[in-house]
Amino acid sequence: MKKGMALFAMACILACGVSAHAADSIKIGVQGAHSGDLASYGVPSLNAVKIVADQVNAKGGVLGRQVEVIAQDDQCKPEMATSAATKLISDKVGVVVGPICSGPTTASLPLFQEAGLIAISPTATTPGLTESGKNPLFFRTVANDNAQAKLTSDFMLNKLKAKKIAYLHDNGDYGKGFADNNRVLMEKGGAETVLFEAVTPDAVDFSAVVRKLRRAKPDIVVFGGYQPVASKLVQQMRRDRLNTPFIGPDGVKDETFLKMTGKDSEGVYASYPKDTSTLAEYKHARDAHVKAYGSEPGFGYYNAYAAAECLLDAIAKTGGTDTAKLKEAMRANAVDTPLGKIRFNEKGDAAGMALSIYQVKDGKFVELDHSVVLE
Amino acid sequence: MHKLGKALLTALWFMVLTLPVMGIKLNLLENTVHWRFDRILALGVAIFFLSLLWNWCFARKARGLPLVAVPPTLAAGVRELAGNAALRRGGAALLVCGLLVMPLAGSFYQTNIMISAMLYIMLALGLNIVVGLAGQLVLGYVAFYAVGAYAYGLLNQFFGWGFWMCLPVGGLLAALFGLGLGFPVLRLRGDYLAIVTLGFGEIVRLGLLNWTSLTGGPRGISEIPRPGLFGLEMGINESTIYIYYLVLAAVAITVAVISRLKNSRVGLALQALREDEIACEAMGIDITRVKLSAFALGSCWAGFAGVIFAAKTTFINPSSFTFMESAMILSMVVLGGMGSIAGVIIAAVILILAPEYLRAFSEYRMLIFGAIMVIMMIFRPQGLISGERRRYRISALENGAANAPAGSADGGKA
Amino acid sequence: MDIQFFIELFFGGLTRGSIYALIALGYTLVYGIIELINFAHGEIYMLGAFTALLVAGALGVYGFPAGGILVVAALVAVVWCAAYGFTLEKVAYKPLRGAPRLSPLISAIGMSIFLQNYVLLAQTSDFVPFPRLLPEMDFLEYIDYVMGPSDFLILLVSTLAMVALSLFIRFTRMGKAMRATAQNRKMALLLGINADWIISLTFIIGSALAALGGVLIASHMGQVNFGIGFIAGLKAFTAAVLGGIGSIPGAMVGGLVLGLAESFTTGYFSGNYEDILAFGILILILIFRPDGILGKAKVQKV
Repeated sequence: MKKGMALFAMACILACGVSAHAADSIKIGVQGAHSGDLASYGVPSLNAVKIVADQVNAKGGVLGRQVEVIAQDDQCKPEMATSAATKLISDKVGVVVGPICSGPTTASLPLFQEAGLIAISPTATTPGLTESGKNPLFFRTVANDNAQAKLTSDFMLNKLKAKKIAYLHDNGDYGKGFADNNRVLMEKGGAETVLFEAVTPDAVDFSAVVRKLRRAKPDIVVFGGYQPVASKLVQQMRRDRLNTPFIGPDGVKDETFLKMTGKDSEGVYASYPKDTSTLAEYKHARDAHVKAYGSEPGFGYYNAYAAAECLLDAIAKTGGTDTAKLKEAMRANAVDTPLGKIRFNEKGDAAGMALSIYQVKDGKFVELDHSVVLE
Repeated sequence: MHKLGKALLTALWFMVLTLPVMGIKLNLLENTVHWRFDRILALGVAIFFLSLLWNWCFARKARGLPLVAVPPTLAAGVRELAGNAALRRGGAALLVCGLLVMPLAGSFYQTNIMISAMLYIMLALGLNIVVGLAGQLVLGYVAFYAVGAYAYGLLNQFFGWGFWMCLPVGGLLAALFGLGLGFPVLRLRGDYLAIVTLGFGEIVRLGLLNWTSLTGGPRGISEIPRPGLFGLEMGINESTIYIYYLVLAAVAITVAVISRLKNSRVGLALQALREDEIACEAMGIDITRVKLSAFALGSCWAGFAGVIFAAKTTFINPSSFTFMESAMILSMVVLGGMGSIAGVIIAAVILILAPEYLRAFSEYRMLIFGAIMVIMMIFRPQGLISGERRRYRISALENGAANAPAGSADGGKA
Repeated sequence: MDIQFFIELFFGGLTRGSIYALIALGYTLVYGIIELINFAHGEIYMLGAFTALLVAGALGVYGFPAGGILVVAALVAVVWCAAYGFTLEKVAYKPLRGAPRLSPLISAIGMSIFLQNYVLLAQTSDFVPFPRLLPEMDFLEYIDYVMGPSDFLILLVSTLAMVALSLFIRFTRMGKAMRATAQNRKMALLLGINADWIISLTFIIGSALAALGGVLIASHMGQVNFGIGFIAGLKAFTAAVLGGIGSIPGAMVGGLVLGLAESFTTGYFSGNYEDILAFGILILILIFRPDGILGKAKVQKV
């Protein structure tokens, strides 16, 4: 009899589970560059969310509901971002992971705000997105550019005692922002600006700007931009026997950078989230990717992984996708993620993550003992 | 058999040609080479059949036959239907009704992409004035679009001007830019003109990128307000529907203006300019004025579209205005048929909506665009719907031609 | 006035300019013969760099000696790009001979988009590192502040290529036939010159030179991606126009002048204005002296 009861109860639970699943799944929208020339920045994030969703689904879902991932491609173009965002809204997603690039994020947020959707970007770093206070439903699992500049400028002023600084940037939103922010902080700290200039990313050679650098005799070169331009610049500098130290943002710290520059990259500094690869969560995330895709994860993978985990955690704790409750939960609860134990501050920036300075030593980025923990 | 041999040779040639770029895949992290012969083989097979098709198309083209043979009964049926005035009016009414009801019936997303499509229709029609009617190849058209968008963004940011104030100002400013570009390039024709306008487009974009204190540089301008309606507060849904109707009206006006323009004095002069610049001048047409009006008119529409674009996305930065956009708009004009309004509209709708609905193909989109541009130029240079050219028949000449030897049979078409 | 800085900028400009010149030659040769702006020429340059990279990478994996790899890779790139150029003409331009002038130009733009995406889809959208294959050149030690091994190689190879091309055009039968076709295609046909073959030859030579430029720049900059052809092609076209399009010495002079102008602008003003300057020059030249520095004014024929 008891056995029969138990069976009956189990059947009930199963039936409930199935019917709940059939009734409605929890939809997570993922917006970013999934095709086109910037796809390598967006696809890893999509993979991360899929992997997290699969893991959760394998364990029976959240609150007994399955998690469904709906991807929308914006190719990192603002004009495509608005249609991708509206598509997600009309697909009635509960929450959004993305967008990837800052421009599309700026264009999409008003739409998500209006629709009352929480968006959590794994990689958009423009400070204004959170600091303007106009996007209360926006969160991110990446340090904003101001935090990076604070760390790098502090490092240059106090550790390296740099006095004469040259700034180069790629004339993009991210790169110029990094150079600008550093300049403001460095000049406040008494350092002199000897050069502030854009380089043309597509130029066939950088010799003129490198020679200008040599003449300006800076103590350090601050570069704002991504890996391709950085590696070309570093190569040309070292080839012209210009051994000035070089520091860049997280867009520079990349395996490809080492591969491209070889021994020229020796000594280059970059800021990057503190190494968390010893954490169990991190190993778990990495192994899952290797198992599913047969390769090491790409740009922004762990950030997106963390974003998806925070969202699902909040959904599980609040019992649904009610935006106001989610918002509170994300601020209140700290979640174990591959990036460390993080929660979100009032503005929507991740707190609990740490940023460190890295330096290339023997062909590898090595973490230095200089870091800040984000508040 | 000879044909097959030739196709086989072509296939082999392409297999060898694509061997390095398609066949070799390096894995630098593991330091291995992966030869993808399967791909090369697949390509070879594809090229074999394509080559047969290609030659068949050429053979048909050489014999003056259409590539796709429409069964005569069907063609006649279509012609009859198209000729039926009541049916045509009915169809048009249905289309208008459909467009009017769409945002209310369709989803928010549908409305949004329809707005994009219609913005591109406006742009393509504007460029059609310059390229299709006047025959002046402009490759930097997106610059005028940018001028319109930034005009609204900046005037709003610095002076707080509203959408309705900026709409005419944006159009006017773009027209002024058009004139500014038009004056110096009056003497240039054909490909030189194309390159100068390309350079102009790039300079405008680089200017927007580097003049940080005014334009915000790469950061762009955000929080541009959506258009208002007598101070009414609108949510994003209503506002999008409102913009939809606004763009629909704008497109309707554009179509009306351009179809009127086509048969006006200026329009006829433009077409004369396209056919033969020197003959046109010899006929006593003031080329300077005609060219400048073409530039001003064409860029003016881009300005309007730019203002609406800025109002729709609420965020603009220079990366929206690259040469690729210009090429895209140009391919709409070319694919649709230079000078043909209906053709350009159809092409714009296809080029914008197809990738939206076929997102799976989006990787191949640009590849296919490129190929289509080439193939269209070879097999159907007049586009989907050829812009009709005016023909004047002089019966006396035609009779004369009929009597003349067969060699000069096309003399009557002049 | 800092003389050393001036010399540094001057040599930097020369290096850059000689690459522009190599690519510009392709534009100018083609334009001289069939009055077509071969918009896809920049993509041939990119294909050259990519082919060399892939071949060099593969040879590297199979353990070839470094010195040989560069030569073999460059040769393969040159030969394959010549074939690409030949095919390009046969597919996209030849069927359009006699069509209105806009048609081949649009076809060329289409081809350019096609080739970019072909490489993007067949390989990757990322930048790919170009293996370092240049030998150390000890004799440059004394002047290494003005010139590194790659600069030296670029100057040397491009000078040789240009001299060889000039000799070829000036003295060989085929060169003479090319000049004759450029002057008057109908007349050349009457004289028994196979104009089709001459046009193909022009594309082959132009593409081979562009590929050479691609290999040199790839080994100089150390990386390649599918989009590098657009800007380089545009700059080279500017150079060709600057020197007088259709004129071979003009392309060389134009390339060097543009390279120097860019180098000095960056050196003495700001790198922000490098591209604006190039496009500005292009527009001004076309407006005020459309025949360029060394070109001859042509009378519009009716």
